[in-house]
Amino acid sequence: MIYLAGVERIFQVGDEAVNALSNVNLTVDAGEYIAIMGPSGSGKSTLLNIIGLLDRPDRGVYRLEDVDTTDLTDDQQASVRRHKIGFVFQFFHLVPRLTAAENVELPLILAGVDPAERKSRVQAALSALGLSYRARHRPDQLSGGQRQRVAIARATIMQPNVILADEPTGNMDRNSGKDVIQSLEDLNEKGMALILVTHDPDLGSRAPRKIQMVDGKILEDTGVL
Amino acid sequence: MKTGDVIQFSIRASSGYPTRTVLMILAMAIGVASVILLTALGEGARRYVKREFTSLGTHLLVVLPGRSETTGGPPPLLGETPRDLTLEDALSLRRSTAIRRVAPITVGSAPVSWKHRDREVTILGSTPELFEIRHLSMAQGRFIPSGDPARGMSVCVMGYKLKKELFGNQSPLGEWTRIGDRRFRVIGVLAKKGQSLRLDMGDVVIIPVASAQALFNTSSLFRILVQASGRDAIPKAKNAILSIIRARHEGEDDVTVITQDALLSTFDRIFTALTLSVAGIASISLAVAGILIMNVMLIAVSRRTTEIGLLKAIGAPGRQILRLFLAESAILSLIGAAFGLILAFFGTWALAHAFPSFPIKVPFWAVGAATGVSLLTGLVFGVLPARRAAKLDPVQALSRR
Repeated sequence: MIYLAGVERIFQVGDEAVNALSNVNLTVDAGEYIAIMGPSGSGKSTLLNIIGLLDRPDRGVYRLEDVDTTDLTDDQQASVRRHKIGFVFQFFHLVPRLTAAENVELPLILAGVDPAERKSRVQAALSALGLSYRARHRPDQLSGGQRQRVAIARATIMQPNVILADEPTGNMDRNSGKDVIQSLEDLNEKGMALILVTHDPDLGSRAPRKIQMVDGKILEDTGVL
Repeated sequence: MKTGDVIQFSIRASSGYPTRTVLMILAMAIGVASVILLTALGEGARRYVKREFTSLGTHLLVVLPGRSETTGGPPPLLGETPRDLTLEDALSLRRSTAIRRVAPITVGSAPVSWKHRDREVTILGSTPELFEIRHLSMAQGRFIPSGDPARGMSVCVMGYKLKKELFGNQSPLGEWTRIGDRRFRVIGVLAKKGQSLRLDMGDVVIIPVASAQALFNTSSLFRILVQASGRDAIPKAKNAILSIIRARHEGEDDVTVITQDALLSTFDRIFTALTLSVAGIASISLAVAGILIMNVMLIAVSRRTTEIGLLKAIGAPGRQILRLFLAESAILSLIGAAFGLILAFFGTWALAHAFPSFPIKVPFWAVGAATGVSLLTGLVFGVLPARRAAKLDPVQALSRR
C-alpha cells in the first residue's frame, strides 16, 4: 500500500544542510501495525509527515496505492489526505471553539457530506470510542485522554486506510495513554493500518513490526522477514 | 465543502473572537454610515436648491437688459446697458404663442409710511401677471387689478411682514399709505411665503408698474419675467424673446435671457458633483476600515495557525483555506455594512427631525454603493491574510502547540 524508495529530505538550518531523512526505503502493507522509534531528531516525525503528504521528499519515490504522490497537485494531495489518511497528533489539535462532535464533524464538512448523514456518522464514531456523553463539550472541558480519543474519532471518521499517530500518548498519564493506544489498536484490528511514532519502548514493543531510526536512517526493521 | 457550511464555519470562527469581530464590524459600520449620511446631506442640499428655484415659478425665463455670453453664474446686474428695456418691450412679448404670461418689473427703494410709522422697503412695480408667474398667494384683499399697464393706479399690495410692522393687528385694507411722495391705497396683503432668490417677499410693496416708473422717474425696467406656455416651449420662447427685442432694438442683441432650467441644471450638476466628492471623502473611512480588517485578519491567521495546519492535515486544500478566510472577512464586512445602514438611517431620521425645513434624503444608489464598496473592501483587504493562511506550511503550523 505504501512504498517509499530512496527518500531524502533536507532541511536548511542556517548555512548548514541537515539530512532529516536519507535513503529511506519502506514498504507498508494494508492493515499493518508499525511502531517507528528513535531519539528525537532521528527523522521519525518527518517520515510520518511525508507518508501523510504534509511534506514532500526532496528526492526519491513515494507511491500510495500505486499512485506516485509527487506528481499530485495541492488539491489532489488534499483529497488523498481527506479520504485515505487519518492524523493523530501529540497535542491533539482540536479546534478550541468547537465542541467534540463538531471537531469530529470537520472532515465530513470539508468533504461536502450532507448534514443529516454527518450527524449520524459523528454519533456512531463517538459512541464507538465511548465518548457520546461528551459530544457537546468543548476541548477545554475534556481530559487529555478524552481529547485524544476525540482526535482519533476525527482521524477515522472518513474511514482512511492508514492512521498516522505522532506520539499520541506523549501528553497524558499512563492510564489515559493505555486507553488511547487501546482505541488505536482496536481500529487496527478492524483493518486500518496503524503507524505509530513514539520514543517510549514499552509502547513500541506492542507493535508486531518495529522500525528503529537514527540520524534520518532506518537502523533496524523487524518487519522485513 | 458546501457554501452553507463555509458561511457557518466563518460565522463560528468570528464569534469565537468577539472583541476583534466587534471592532471590525464597528469600523465598517462607521465607514458605511458616514458615506451614507454625507451623501444624504449632499442630496438634501441639491433638493433644497431645486425647491428654492421651482418656488420662483414654473417654465420661467428672465429677460435682463445687457448682453452676456454666460448661461449660468450671476446675472450681469451692473453691466453697461446700451439700450433700456421698456414697458413697451415687455408688452410686445405677449404676441408670441410660446409665451403665456409676461410680468415687467421695476425695482426701487422708498420709504413707506402710515400715520407716524415709516419703513424703507423694496418697491416692486409690476402687473397682475406677476401673481401667477411667481405663485404668490394673498392673505387679505386682492392683488393689483388688471387694466392698462401703461396707466398707473394708486393702489398697493404689501408683504405680510411690512403689514405687521406698519399696521400691527389692524386691517390695512382701504387705508392710504405714503410711498415716497405719493399716496397709495392698500388693497391686499401677501401671504407668508418665505424667501426666494434672496428677495424677502414679506418685506416688499407691490404697485402697478407705471406707478413705479413714475415714482422712481424712470422709463426703464429692471427685468422682465416671462412664463413660457409649457416646458417644451421654453427654447421657443427664448428665441421669440430674442427676435422680438432685436426687432425693437434696431437689430441689436442687447438683452440676456436666462432660463430657469439652465440655472437649475447648472446647480444640479454642481450639487451632484459636490455629493459625489463628499461621498469620496467619506469612503476614505471605508478604506481605513479595510486596513483594520486586514490587520485583524492577519492577527487571526497567526492566532489560528495550528487550526489552519489541522484543516490542511484533514484534507483542506489551500484553495479551501483561502475561501474560508475570504468568506470570513466578507461576512464581517456585510454585517458591518448592515449596522452602518441602521446607523445612517437613525442619523438621517434625527437630522430630519432637527432641521425639518432641510429636505435630507438618502439617495437609493448610496445604499447600494456603500454596501458594495464595503464588501469589496472586505474582500480586497482580506486577500492578503487569506493567501498567507492558504500558503502556511502544515508541518510548521502543527509543530506549535
